[in-house]
Amino acid sequence: METTNHQLPIQNKRVFKRKFERVIPFILLLITCVSIITSIMIVATLLSETVTFFKHVSFVEFFTNTTLKPLSNDPQFGVLPLISATIISSTIAISVAGPIGMMVAIFLSEYASERVRNVVKPLLEILAGIPTIVYGFFALTFITPFLKNFIPGLETTNILSPGLIMGIMIIPMIASLSEDAMNAVPRSLREASYGLGSTKLEVATKVVLPAAFSGIVASFVLAISRAIGETMIVTIASGSTKNFSLNITESMQTMTAYIVEVTGGDAPAGSTIYYSLYAVAMTLFVFTFLMNMFARYVTQKFKENY
Amino acid sequence: MINDNIGQVNKQMKRRILLDKFARIIFISTMVVVLAILALLIIRVFIQGFSVLNISFLTNTLSTQADQAGILGAILGTLWLMAVVVPTTMIIGVSTAIYLECYAKKNRIHSFIQMNIGNLAGVPSIVYGILGLTVFVRTLELGNVVLAGGLTMSLLILPIIIVASQEAIQSVPATLSEASYGIGASKWQTIKNIIIPASLPNILTGAILALSRAIGETAPLVVIGIPALLIPFPGSLLDRFTVLPMQIYYWTLDASLVAEYANLAAATIIVLLVSLFILNASAIYLRHKFKVNY
Repeated sequence: METTNHQLPIQNKRVFKRKFERVIPFILLLITCVSIITSIMIVATLLSETVTFFKHVSFVEFFTNTTLKPLSNDPQFGVLPLISATIISSTIAISVAGPIGMMVAIFLSEYASERVRNVVKPLLEILAGIPTIVYGFFALTFITPFLKNFIPGLETTNILSPGLIMGIMIIPMIASLSEDAMNAVPRSLREASYGLGSTKLEVATKVVLPAAFSGIVASFVLAISRAIGETMIVTIASGSTKNFSLNITESMQTMTAYIVEVTGGDAPAGSTIYYSLYAVAMTLFVFTFLMNMFARYVTQKFKENY
Repeated sequence: MINDNIGQVNKQMKRRILLDKFARIIFISTMVVVLAILALLIIRVFIQGFSVLNISFLTNTLSTQADQAGILGAILGTLWLMAVVVPTTMIIGVSTAIYLECYAKKNRIHSFIQMNIGNLAGVPSIVYGILGLTVFVRTLELGNVVLAGGLTMSLLILPIIIVASQEAIQSVPATLSEASYGIGASKWQTIKNIIIPASLPNILTGAILALSRAIGETAPLVVIGIPALLIPFPGSLLDRFTVLPMQIYYWTLDASLVAEYANLAAATIIVLLVSLFILNASAIYLRHKFKVNY
């Protein structure tokens, strides 16, 4: 009798603990669902408003019309000017960042000593941490005036300088992702090549680069996707002219900059302009989503197993 | 004949070695040039900003008069934003990581959730802004207040914190939890007493880096409609607010109207960069200080 009385509270505690132990995974699972709900909400909001937009403007017109005049009396909603500006700025960015990022990656993984790496890698991390608004300020107040010395016809807002500064912004991304891919190439491959008498450059370009190729492609694709989604640099430095042209000295508006302009302009809910915001955002989302999936596919499909 | 061959091989060898040396010089100089350009840009911002940066700039409220304008409101707004972002992302992020690493079976659903988190990390920040605008500002009718901005920002950096916490938990060796199970601890006791303490430094490092991303992020807040000129300070989660990057944005845009605004933007950039640098440095310090080699 005495013992049972003594044991009861402990048993109660044990039962409670066992129940608690069983409830915890469910609580954690519920919290985990936040990230799934976020994805669903992103797709749902974009999709529902985009569908409404295509009731006002036809799908074909949206993707083939080369004029975007949302505010005129005879409004036209062609997304092509925005898409072309986005592609132009990303192309400028990747043609700056691609070669330079690769060179930094090769240098870090093949040439640099441990001491140099320990200095350069944190520097790259710091660069990657500079907010994009700061890069935008650089583009507008330093790069554009500087470039005007060489290109007299350069407009105050143009697509060239944000493209260049975006290139500098994504260098750390390409460098560190490519370097990771190169580091994953086993040492034995390099040793074999050195054993045959190769120089460092030959090892880097003929052994390490091909072996790390999928990782490098993935780093490029991710960097381009980042450049496409980049907002503040282009909003500040490339202006808001909805310009369908190939002249990089002119002001052009990218998809992201259009979204900023429309949301900043208090477009009345329910108007076609308001819905166009979602259609453009959907286009942007699909672009970046496909590129990210492609990068994932490339790394998994072409992964070399040593 | 043999001498000829040797001569040719020597010549070729010399060319290859020369090419290698040349490449090394190109690589180093490219890297130095890029770092120098960035250093130059940052130095120029510092020179430009120091002309207006003083104590009263940090403690004054906003003003249309360039010489009286200050950023106290933006500093407080950034702190208020963090008051929402830090607890929500830490609780949700660490819980998700614990579930995925310790409880979930490694099946298709697990890899789907994992892929989903990876994709969320790649969604452009402006799309999160549209999500925040549609859900928090309009549907829930919060308006452009601290809570709406904070929740939007939380969703944005959540994938980063989840992935960092997962990596931190993975780096805790299995021997530690095996030992805990061996002395009769339950799963939750092991997680609470062994895994979380052992992975905490790495989780915090990842969290600090993610937070510094949130502090510098502008695009989602622009989309939500954070006001340009706001005199009163936020006093609660349901007050309107502004943050440092927004202040930089408006001053940079308006510099075409009032030239002194460019200096104010530069000074605000100094404040932002210095605080981010301190945060990042503390993250790196944390990583080194508590690095345990098992």
